[in-house]
Amino acid sequence: MNHRIADRILVVVCFVGLFLPLACLVALLGDVMWDGVARIDWSFLTSYPSRHADKAGLLPGLVGSLFLVLLTGLICIPLGVGAAIYLQEYGQDSRLSRFIAINIGSLAGVPSVIYGLLGLGIFVRTFGLGRSLIAGAATLALLVLPIVVIASIEALRAVPGTLREAALGLGATRWQVIRHVVLPAALPSILTGCILSMSRAVGETAPLIVVGALTFVTFLPDGIDAPFTALPIQIYNWVSRPQAGFENTAAGGIVILLGLLLILNLGAVLLRAKLSKDR
Amino acid sequence: MAQFEVENLKAWYGDKQVLMDVSVSLPAQGVTAIIGPSGCGKSTFIRCLNRMHELVIGARMEGEIRLGGEDIMAPAVDPVLLRRRVGMVFQRPNPFPTMTIRQNVLSGLTLTGRLKRSEADEIVEKALGDAALWDEVKDRLNTPGAGLSGGQQQRLCIARCLAVEPDVLLMDEPCSALDPIATARIEELIAQLRERLTVVIVTHNMQQAARVSDRTAFFLMGELVELSETNTLFTQPADQRTEDYITGRFR
Ligand SMILES: Nc1ncnc2c1ncn2[C@@H]1O[C@H](COP(=O)(O)OP(=O)(O)OP(=O)(O)O)[C@@H](O)[C@H]1O
Ligand SMILES: [Mg+2]
Repeated sequence: MNHRIADRILVVVCFVGLFLPLACLVALLGDVMWDGVARIDWSFLTSYPSRHADKAGLLPGLVGSLFLVLLTGLICIPLGVGAAIYLQEYGQDSRLSRFIAINIGSLAGVPSVIYGLLGLGIFVRTFGLGRSLIAGAATLALLVLPIVVIASIEALRAVPGTLREAALGLGATRWQVIRHVVLPAALPSILTGCILSMSRAVGETAPLIVVGALTFVTFLPDGIDAPFTALPIQIYNWVSRPQAGFENTAAGGIVILLGLLLILNLGAVLLRAKLSKDR
Repeated sequence: MAQFEVENLKAWYGDKQVLMDVSVSLPAQGVTAIIGPSGCGKSTFIRCLNRMHELVIGARMEGEIRLGGEDIMAPAVDPVLLRRRVGMVFQRPNPFPTMTIRQNVLSGLTLTGRLKRSEADEIVEKALGDAALWDEVKDRLNTPGAGLSGGQQQRLCIARCLAVEPDVLLMDEPCSALDPIATARIEELIAQLRERLTVVIVTHNMQQAARVSDRTAFFLMGELVELSETNTLFTQPADQRTEDYITGRFR
């Protein structure tokens, strides 16, 4: 009888623990939606920022964010997956790479503003890329690289050793085994990890501010070396304006940003479901 | 078919020596069974024969192994090429989960970029036929290999090995994950394969060794105790330790 009551209490505590944060989240989202949805229309998506809250649009931020994700992915995914393949498949017998593999997790915990400073120092100044899209993307790539590496290592590790043995036993080289057996088996998880890390990159603000993203842009980037802005920066800018009306504009921006994140995450889920059904 | 000559083979995992000093000659003709208590080094021994042992981190081996007269431990020998001559079937069936039945059979050739498209159909039918699986799967060649039963999967793995046309087939407890009927089919298959291949099979099941093999080797704590005709080994073992083991008196 006694442990039954204890059981009950535990269930209630767990439920409250689940319900409270969830309720806060829903309330927050509801509030933003309430303020923001009314503001969203086609012209909101296709206009440039303006001094007038009701005319301001987020086209440059949207385009900037899309370009940023694209470039970040192009830089970060090949590097990250490559590093993971090396660390997991080749580097196992080297002490240095085992050390790196263990410690890469701590890199994922470094505050993002530090990556911003790193990007400012390396890409903007040393490499002379200036306050450009490519400098921003490279910085974001640095930021999410550990996430991609860790997710990929996990995915590779989950591929049973018996499959590697089978392929090696058939006279395949290590690379052939990786290319035709290990990677296909690990692909769904690797891709999911990559998409999730990209959605992390989309939401980042601090490193982009440090690297020098603009806050009031009335043109679209015309190349990877062009100045740029991004959705979270645009939102930050609107939130900090004193004029009336901008809080609704900011809320609208937030809804769009959340929508973008939702699409990315949904993509990851669908892709994973599809790829693991295909086998 | 090819004969193995093993001289003074020693093998280690890290600092731990698991093969002490094994010298043995495995004739090309017929089936050799390897028996012995768990942990005595049976798997390690046959993994030395196709140089899979050295793939384990920290593992190494020493001594001399000749296959058909050629020293396979020589620096000039590419273990990758050696493994195409010496195929291996593992304890648990391990078809490639991302591949269909057909792709699994061809995998040894596609992985290594040696498949000629025009020959693919013929190779698939022949290898599956040789593995006594063709009739069961010919209508679903393009379904996933993982969709087969355990016994069928194991025969698929054998077909996958046969498609590479090895001289030798090493089998490490190929039936231990299978039921008696599936086991019987694999044993029949071994009886057919022995006509064309040198077969070395590790087994925990002494009846199985008696049924399928011509010779049996008994390993104990990393040493080869005895290699004799299977009949002789089970009826009149030369070594007291062999007798203790096969009569179950072994501690
Ligand atoms: N990867 C490994 N790392 C370290 N030690 C190992 C490894 N594989 C096997 N060993 C050790 O080597 C010894 C021989 O192992 P092996 O697998 O060859 O035995 P076995 O005769 O095949 O046993 P079983 O019948 O249980 O399969 C055992 O003591 C085992 O603990
Ligand atoms: Mg074993």
